[in-house]
Amino acid sequence: MNTWTNATGNGKATDWRALREAASRRAPPELAGKILYVEGVTVSFDGFKALDHLSLYVDPGELRCIIGPNGAGKTTMMDVITGKTRPDVGSVWFGRSVDLLLLDEPAIAQVGIGRKFQKPTVFEQLTVVENLELSLPGAKTFWRTLLARPTAAERARIDETLEIIGLTGQRGLTGSVLSHGQKQWLEIGMLLMQGPELLLVDEPVAGMTPQETERTAELLLSLAGKHSVVVVEHDMEFVRSIASRVTVLHEGRVLAEGDMDQVQNDPKVIEVYLGA
Amino acid sequence: MTARPRGGWRRLTLLLVAALLATAVRAVAQAPDEEMRAALDGLGEAGFADKQAFAERLVASGHRSVRPLLEAWLDDRLYARADKRTVIVKAVDERLATYDLVDPLTLADAGTGAPAELTRIGTNNQLRRALRTALARFSFASPDKSVRLAAIRQMLPTLDAATVELLRHRATAETDADVQFEIATAIALAALDGDDVGARRAAVGTLSSRLSSDVRNRLAALLEKSDDGGYLEGDEEVRAAAAAAIAAIDGRRRIYEGIETLFFGVSLGSVLVLVAIGLAITFGVMGVINMAHGELMMLGAYTTYVVQTLLPEHVGASVLVAVPAAFVVSGAVGVVIERSIIRFLYGRPLETLLATFGVSLVLQQTVRSLFSANNRAVETPAWMSGAWQINGALAITYNRLFIVIFTLGVFALLLAVLKRTRVGLEIRAVSQNRAMARAMGIRSEWVDALTFGLGSGIAGVAGVALSQLTNVGPNLGQAYIIDSFMVVVFGGVGNLWGTLIGGMSLGIVNKILEPYAGAVLGKILVLVGLILFIQRRPRGLFPPTGRAAEGM
Amino acid sequence: MGAPLRLLPGDSRGAAASFLGLLAIIAITIPILNLAVPASSPLHVSTYATALIGKYLCYAMLALAVDLVWGFCGILSLGHAAFFALGGYAMGMYLMRQIGPRGVYGHAVLPDFMVFLNWQELPWFWYGFNHFPVAVVMMALVPALLALVFGWLAFRSRVTGVYLSIITQALSYALMLAFFRNDMGFGGNNGFTDFKDLLGYDLQRDGTRVVLLVCSAVALGISYLACRAIVASRAGRVVRAIRDAESRTRFLGYRVESFKLWIFVFSAVIAGVAGALYVPQVGIINPSEFAPINSIEVVIWVAVGGRGTLHGAALGAVLVNFTKTYFTGALPEVWLYALGTLFVLVTLFLPRGLMGIVPLRAAALPEPVEAK
Repeated sequence: MNTWTNATGNGKATDWRALREAASRRAPPELAGKILYVEGVTVSFDGFKALDHLSLYVDPGELRCIIGPNGAGKTTMMDVITGKTRPDVGSVWFGRSVDLLLLDEPAIAQVGIGRKFQKPTVFEQLTVVENLELSLPGAKTFWRTLLARPTAAERARIDETLEIIGLTGQRGLTGSVLSHGQKQWLEIGMLLMQGPELLLVDEPVAGMTPQETERTAELLLSLAGKHSVVVVEHDMEFVRSIASRVTVLHEGRVLAEGDMDQVQNDPKVIEVYLGA
Repeated sequence: MTARPRGGWRRLTLLLVAALLATAVRAVAQAPDEEMRAALDGLGEAGFADKQAFAERLVASGHRSVRPLLEAWLDDRLYARADKRTVIVKAVDERLATYDLVDPLTLADAGTGAPAELTRIGTNNQLRRALRTALARFSFASPDKSVRLAAIRQMLPTLDAATVELLRHRATAETDADVQFEIATAIALAALDGDDVGARRAAVGTLSSRLSSDVRNRLAALLEKSDDGGYLEGDEEVRAAAAAAIAAIDGRRRIYEGIETLFFGVSLGSVLVLVAIGLAITFGVMGVINMAHGELMMLGAYTTYVVQTLLPEHVGASVLVAVPAAFVVSGAVGVVIERSIIRFLYGRPLETLLATFGVSLVLQQTVRSLFSANNRAVETPAWMSGAWQINGALAITYNRLFIVIFTLGVFALLLAVLKRTRVGLEIRAVSQNRAMARAMGIRSEWVDALTFGLGSGIAGVAGVALSQLTNVGPNLGQAYIIDSFMVVVFGGVGNLWGTLIGGMSLGIVNKILEPYAGAVLGKILVLVGLILFIQRRPRGLFPPTGRAAEGM
Repeated sequence: MGAPLRLLPGDSRGAAASFLGLLAIIAITIPILNLAVPASSPLHVSTYATALIGKYLCYAMLALAVDLVWGFCGILSLGHAAFFALGGYAMGMYLMRQIGPRGVYGHAVLPDFMVFLNWQELPWFWYGFNHFPVAVVMMALVPALLALVFGWLAFRSRVTGVYLSIITQALSYALMLAFFRNDMGFGGNNGFTDFKDLLGYDLQRDGTRVVLLVCSAVALGISYLACRAIVASRAGRVVRAIRDAESRTRFLGYRVESFKLWIFVFSAVIAGVAGALYVPQVGIINPSEFAPINSIEVVIWVAVGGRGTLHGAALGAVLVNFTKTYFTGALPEVWLYALGTLFVLVTLFLPRGLMGIVPLRAAALPEPVEAK
């Protein structure tokens, strides 16, 4: 069998979700509550601090928007949470029991964190259906996927997702022939298939038409509540339309946090954006 | 204690030497040639005592032909003709029907003579010693330091009281430290055979600071036992000092051997850097995997061969001419490859790898068709052969030294081109952000071709160096391609300094392993070590950083 | 990889059936034409040709192995010749032990080269190779273990792309240098040759050659079906996903290194078995089989045939090698020009290989996800 999955403790043997839920039930009420804890995280590249003692907390079911100018550290933050980048210092916890810094990317995905990339990344040589199939939770090891056959429930789920993302008609096409917007939708569909508790969505509406943007906003709003969603976006109108809470990053730190109006009237934010 | 021969001849020789020395300090008026001629011609019938007396006079005369005459005499090439004239035979060889003769005074040709008509003017041991000492004194008078050193080294195997006396005398006049050093060595070696225990101890003390294996072996002989079980050296203190001296010599020799290994490593490393540095540009700066890199080196080596064929009389100059020629030839071929193939494959490194491999096959076959499949002989210029003897334990061959210097020169030049010139700036700009560079008005296609040409040209220059080290044949490139890739990957792609340090460290590690593991196993160990290293640090010693690195 | 390259989705049912059918025809007709048709008949296939075809089939298996890792998983291995050679050496060791006292020196146990080197006893790693089942296990196990250790180290530390290609090449090169050494106990420069018989059957007899050909065809068929089964499974889709967007696959929760490792190991086993079948048919195995150029040649067979299609890789191998046999016989000096030009032209103009121009119905693999 797969030697290192068991060594790091993330094979099929470990059900992270159950562990996490059990742990949060045990946790005292005043400590429980948040789904994501990012505390004092610093990441530097060649002396340049992409993140500088960043702290951020996300509630379960919350829809949080992260905004900030280029180079504020938005994508680096996503990289840290999903295990792509290791911070120099700081801690990142998923709930109260899962230390994300001990896990690698696949393990983090398996505990229930999904990510959509800034540049839409779908599997270009696979069909839409195959893209969604691979996003199904469950069989993730080589030997299990070798023998895996989709169950009726899984097929139904794929059909349902196709319906939601509006790609039922394109189900047999390969990813490479989809339009930019369709790829964005497919990637969102892949996130939905994963059914993660926490969704990290990097610039979901870039390159979308106004209608598509509106539908994305609706979709994200409908996801909030069942899932926690963190959206990084430049489009202020879009942010205004979906966000209850907004965090402004600047030079790797949290500059301001609050609802959209508070944030927009914050003098520090105005200074950063307008360069007073 | 060994018994030392004693005899009247010994004292006689001493006297003779004293006489020679006395005459040397005196300014002597030149003896008329007639008188000399008469004495010379009498040699054929003279006794040894007369011969010795003649030799004294000869040396005292300071005649310009004294030295060749004495050398010929020592070589048994001084003969008396049937007409009693004394002549020098140019070369004694029994297969010759007639000997070419030279006049001993004028050194002009003196016709020929049949061997049967010539009588050798004989010598005995005593006379030979006297002659040798006289010759050494001539060498000591030479203004050329190396002649004096050679004379001392020549004396070492046959040290006796006369030569020691001569050396002692020379020591008072000698100003050069190296020669003084050798004289001290020789005197100390001679003292080891002396009866004076104190002198032997002092000699061991002097010798303990020497390096040469001859001295070490001589000291080691002191510790040996003779057949009857006693030590050859009777004094225990001398033996202890000798043992300590041997340890000291061995210790220093180990250090110098270490330095030598290091130098071998650096010179192998230089070869590796030289073959990899062109690749570091095409692979590192452009992200292009050029499998034909080895064949571009091969073209450089063949260019050297062609240049030498065109300039058969000037081997030394031809290598110098070959450097720019090889740069142009390989560079031009590189530009053609880039324009016709590689530019269609940017961003697809694996495809580039395959296509350039195809190019390498075509280039190999082209060379086979043009020059045949056999290796071509490329001559090494005189200024690259020989060795630089630094001390008794350390010699550095000039070809290795030149490779090191050449590599560093090429490296510095390349660095200067990339960092200090407009072209270098454009190359770096395109490699970091192609789109932005284009927006700034840089013609990126032109820069691509130029960069590839530069990398290929340097491969050609490396080929010139390789032609001096290995066989020039169609497979020359293949032998180095894996090494050069390993250097680039080890050092870190896109970093010239990484290539330099990577190549040097691989060379040194290889040479350190070689004595223990043998050349092939050492190389295997280095390869396996590299494979493991790349797995620890997938991007090499000096990994590329920043967002640009993500795309690789 | 930058420019999008539309690869064929895999082997359709029709293509698979045609491929296996062709294989069956070869496995049936060649033996008949060799053994039953008299040598005087124009239809007779000589034993030389039989062995040649058997060799091509082994190459086709090797091409399948390379295509599985390169065409489907995006790992450009330039070291597959090493797995092929290791399988071949395992078979060679068995064949050497079978010679027994019939060697030149007539030693009962030691092969000739060991007697020549004054060895007194058999090295420990030669034990058991006189038993055919042990040898068969080793043909697969040794390449598999090498692939496992190497792949585990390489994939875990995320060595990818050209870096991986270069270190696979270095691995093969290091093995070649090692096998050239006499001390290794594998016959040094000369390797193994002068084989006598396999399982008691004389290797020089026509019947044995024919059986070897049939075995090669069967092994190729089984390998093809196994590869196709893997490619058609969900694991196969994950593998293709890794090829297209490795890091995306990780964020879906797949342990990429594990998928790569198993594919690599399986591929090494196919290559090893191919090598083992190759050795008795060509009658020699020596360290030059490890040469990096051999691995690169395999890659070009796959590229010519069409990577990402299994039958394409196999046909590419046969086609290129047939051409090679022709050229090296008729116009030896032209062969390297032809091969080199082929590399360049295929990468420039035929990125999908010959399968890219053959108008096949672009029927995808059976899609298990489609609801009925």
